[in-house]
Amino acid sequence: MTLLEAEQLSMNFGGIRALDGVSFEVNSGEVFTIIGPNGAGKTTIFNLISRIYEPTRGRLAFCGRDLLRVPAHDIAALGIARTFQNIELFEHASVLQNLLLGRHAHARGRFVEELLFLPRARAREVAHREAVERVIDFLDLQAHRDSLVVNLPYGVRKVVEMGRALCTEPRLLLLDEPSSGLSVEETEDMAFWIQDIRTVLGITVLMVEHDMSLVSAVSDRVLALDYGRVLTVGTTREVQAHPDVVKAYLGA
Amino acid sequence: MRFLLKTSYEQDLRLFRDAVQRNWYIALGLALLVLPALVPTYLVDISLVFIYGLCGVSLMVLAGYTGLVSLGHAAFLGIGAYAHVYFVQDLGLPWVISVALAAAVTAGAGVLVGLPALRMTGVYLSIATLAFALIIQEVLTRWERVTHGLKGRPVDKPVIFGVSLAHDAAFYFLCLAALIGGLWLTANLLRAPTGRAWVAIRDSEIAAQSMGVNRARYKTLAFAYSAALMGVAGALFAHKVGFLAPDIFSVLLSIQFLLMVVVGGLGSLHGALFGAAFVALLPVLISEARDRVPAWAGQVVALAGKDAGAAAFLGVDRFVKQPGLEPGLFGLILVLFILFEPLGVYGRWRKVQLYFSTFPLYKRATFRRQKTYMRSERLR
Repeated sequence: MTLLEAEQLSMNFGGIRALDGVSFEVNSGEVFTIIGPNGAGKTTIFNLISRIYEPTRGRLAFCGRDLLRVPAHDIAALGIARTFQNIELFEHASVLQNLLLGRHAHARGRFVEELLFLPRARAREVAHREAVERVIDFLDLQAHRDSLVVNLPYGVRKVVEMGRALCTEPRLLLLDEPSSGLSVEETEDMAFWIQDIRTVLGITVLMVEHDMSLVSAVSDRVLALDYGRVLTVGTTREVQAHPDVVKAYLGA
Repeated sequence: MRFLLKTSYEQDLRLFRDAVQRNWYIALGLALLVLPALVPTYLVDISLVFIYGLCGVSLMVLAGYTGLVSLGHAAFLGIGAYAHVYFVQDLGLPWVISVALAAAVTAGAGVLVGLPALRMTGVYLSIATLAFALIIQEVLTRWERVTHGLKGRPVDKPVIFGVSLAHDAAFYFLCLAALIGGLWLTANLLRAPTGRAWVAIRDSEIAAQSMGVNRARYKTLAFAYSAALMGVAGALFAHKVGFLAPDIFSVLLSIQFLLMVVVGGLGSLHGALFGAAFVALLPVLISEARDRVPAWAGQVVALAGKDAGAAAFLGVDRFVKQPGLEPGLFGLILVLFILFEPLGVYGRWRKVQLYFSTFPLYKRATFRRQKTYMRSERLR
């Protein structure tokens, strides 16, 4: 079943064409990876899906619904969560608060209930906390629950950010370079987590990644992008052997 | 070091961390109850601390938690004060209803400022709020039918449910009750999704949005809520000063409010209160010092010689009686805090607490901040 469908996506920044007619489909339950040299337009695709950018042309559909009609703050409620390449955590808040914010898409509370902290608001908070604790257990974040994000090392922040995305209970998880800045060991852990996210939690993963060992360990299909155009789509092995991909990375 | 055993999620939702902290607050409450008997002469000044505390909480929500720095908060205070006096004295509404209406009017003004603020960030927003404050001051001057313009208008003592609160102690308790109420409501919001959404907007708008936070809604809400608190504070402030004139609500007052939250420590309700105490009591301290310091200096120097003592007295006396000493001191203190303790009084207090609770293993690096240059501000 097709979960996310991109059709002829184009994005211009002034005179620069970041994306030029990109089409692809992400199937439910798979790990779909986008690779490509710097500036190929990988993160631009993510920013289009999370509606930070407005595409110049093209169509985006999620579960058959037109994404381009959804405002950016309703994307999470639809079931799409994301992480950022350079980590966009709420730095002066605790890990717990960061993860609880991941519940915001499900936290449509009444202002007055919150203002007086009525029993219903309290019960909702406890329910959110339980959901957050499941994610904390899943990602082994117990030790960092009450630390401020500013005091955490980079590797842990990366996991916290993934945890925050998981707290939204997404159907599609966008991971922007999950291994960047991580040590080899942390990258291996990340691979296990991505596999668990797919098989245990049943979440479809769309990721941008450079580390080919991680890509080949977890991806079902890989899309290679260069200068805003799709070079090829296929299994990791097929894509790595494709002459256009070799040319894009190593030169002619 | 003490470790807290947590056995339920409810425990993290409590307003007080544990029984020890709760007992300290009860002790503080009792101290505030007997304070009027101990220092009857300073009651009016302490009432001002409570009113400024409410203002500090208001600006803390906006600047400290949502990251929207307002340079025009005195305007909201002015709107609240004039609205309340108009409702009570011209329309003859009951006091409680009048305060509620004043809060509503100010909240409306907050929404009006908040709407254009959605497209502005950082210093541009501050300038816009500054402009708003100047406009409001002009309106207060010119709309003579309601505000009586530059002539000003006297304010009666508050009468609630037929009980006159003309006595200083009664007004003291009224202000204390308002402050505690405001603190409670704000603490409730801060432990609920609304407060987290505010913090999220402060730290990373782009991530907040991707997690489902409607930026427009929560920024407007922050402005409205902050302004409403300011409206209540304004109503009390009107009674405190007893005479309203537009020049009270000047830009200097707005800057004092900002000073309050910065000196107290951005991002904590404690900070707002520390800052309020500082801003409200510094002028009292200065005026006390004006009376006493020259004599002390004279006496000390007189030990060296009588003439020198007299000269010292005159010199110090001339210095402390100079006009503009107060704003100068405020400015100096602000600069010193930003240079040496950006976390404010509350930040320093936390450091001292941690020093003793982890003694002798305190690490200075705990509070050092790294600067990161990889944020997505460029996406805006």
